[in-house]
Amino acid sequence: MAIKKYAFIIEKLPYKSETSRLALTHAIASQTVEIYLDDGDNVEPVIAFIGEGVLNCLKDQKALDIYGVTSLEMHIKNALLLDLRVLVCKEDLEKFGLTEDQIVMDAEELGAEITTEVVPYEQIHQEMESADHIMFF
Amino acid sequence: MGKLTIGCFSSLVGSMTLDFAVKLAEAAVKKGHEVDLWLSGNATMLGKTRQSKFRDYSYLAGTVEELIKTGKFQITICEACAKARGIDKEDTMEGVNIHSMDWYLASAFSADRVFHIGGE
Repeated sequence: MAIKKYAFIIEKLPYKSETSRLALTHAIASQTVEIYLDDGDNVEPVIAFIGEGVLNCLKDQKALDIYGVTSLEMHIKNALLLDLRVLVCKEDLEKFGLTEDQIVMDAEELGAEITTEVVPYEQIHQEMESADHIMFF
Repeated sequence: MGKLTIGCFSSLVGSMTLDFAVKLAEAAVKKGHEVDLWLSGNATMLGKTRQSKFRDYSYLAGTVEELIKTGKFQITICEACAKARGIDKEDTMEGVNIHSMDWYLASAFSADRVFHIGGE
């Protein structure tokens, strides 16, 4: 029986490419990975937004209205609903002049019980240090 | 011998990243290791059948076919990414698997090393 920690680190901009979307969909796929694993084995995901990647977390995204595709905001909310830890780099958020009021901090309307954590980069670094695998997007 | 899981998200045409991933897989298989190659996003096009060889574009289908024959190499494309691009089972080369994203995470679980090679 083993639990392996995967750190999904997202540095790419939203919508410019498919990359950050793939990061979130792969992270969410951790919820069904058990079907391929031995009893008791599982994956513990943590998602962290750093650098320009913090812009994926902006509130009130209109991707569905404009492009007809699910927004990254919706994917982040789904991750929170599934109890995936979502971290946002505090320093990078400040670098863009953003505050917690401007990013997705919860998914209460969906029934999510956990919230986004805005943390210093040092903590994200520690998460990477303690991860078995780092998926860098 | 170990198991290597490589995830690649870059397009076959327009980037050399997928070339690197396949060369890495080839080198590992030659050393006796097992390799799982996961292709997501635009990288799924490597699984397509009827690829043509032009000198101006990367051509990896031949190498992939040889690698599959070794029995030490699995190539798997992301089901949703492929379907979104109009790639179904009948459009893929023989020996190319199609799975959902959790398969990649499971492959990484049992790998000795994981190389996650980014997107565009």
